Amino acid sequence: MKKVEGQAVSWGLTDGVVELALHREPCNEIGLLTLDELERFVAALEKLKGEAHALIIYSSLDCGFSAGADLKELFRISREMDRVEALKGVRDYLERIHRVMNAIDASPLTTIAAVHGVTFGGGFELALVCDLIIADKMARFCFPELRLGLIPGFGGIPRLKRDLGNAIVRDLLLTGRSFNATKAQQVGLVCQMVAEGESLRVARATADQLKKFDRRASTAAKDFIKPIPYEELRREIEIFCELFAQPAVEAGLRRFAESTEAQPYLP
Amino acid sequence: MRSSNQTLEEILTLAAAHFKVAREKLAPDDDFFRTLGLNSLQTLELLTRLEHHFRIELPDYELQGVSDFRTLAERIQARL
Repeated sequence: MKKVEGQAVSWGLTDGVVELALHREPCNEIGLLTLDELERFVAALEKLKGEAHALIIYSSLDCGFSAGADLKELFRISREMDRVEALKGVRDYLERIHRVMNAIDASPLTTIAAVHGVTFGGGFELALVCDLIIADKMARFCFPELRLGLIPGFGGIPRLKRDLGNAIVRDLLLTGRSFNATKAQQVGLVCQMVAEGESLRVARATADQLKKFDRRASTAAKDFIKPIPYEELRREIEIFCELFAQPAVEAGLRRFAESTEAQPYLP
Repeated sequence: MRSSNQTLEEILTLAAAHFKVAREKLAPDDDFFRTLGLNSLQTLELLTRLEHHFRIELPDYELQGVSDFRTLAERIQARL
């Protein structure tokens, strides 16, 4: 199959493995451009699933997997609209990104996130939809949304609750602190921690192993062990939109968007 | 167990090696953001490298307002 090269993401199929590369500078912020291209990818994935057994999602940028939602774009667009319009725009964006995330989460393929560096917010949520997370030892995970007066909006909380113990979920969300790959592996988020620069190679080796298995058995096993918490995902959108309507969010977004400090992710 | 001075020296050596600055150009009371020219991603990278080196967890908020190597060493020492 021909490779599809987008401005933010690219994908292709080789030897039964679909690879989705994220490459939008500066650090794979997920804004409207990336969302458009992810929607095209998900439509393509539906057609590729018969020829593939695995999907690998990775970043080709040095900075990391993804810094999450494009908050600067969100702030800029929100300022150009009145509050009602802005809220409608945010809801529409969330509905679209949830459809993308749910489609990858429910894919019959075995999905692997190969992560390194910054894996924050929406980027973390993209990794969470995958069946396996393979992390470079320099990967760093964080949900900084509470610092903006928000909760994660791309399905993060329901999926964290599905995959991890509640105590670590509370730690991640309520403190907003970031943690490294060692900790992520200790709590069961990361299945393999590898040396710097090795996550994609190991993900490909893992995908190569997976092709030895019968697809129907792999898909049946995945259906059995990986429920998708649709009801909680809907609730998350509602809570996010309620919070987004609060004035504190605009102030938080402004502080982030206009910050020139070395640690803008800190309140 | 490491002494505070050992911890400080290891931080300075690690920062010099990783950010390719001569060790003798770094002093304990230097502002590491300025001396190393750190942006936000590099700051996270330094934090991760320190955590791996010392085998500790260092929550970001413990470093809020910390900008010199000596205070950084104190924060790390408190978790050894």
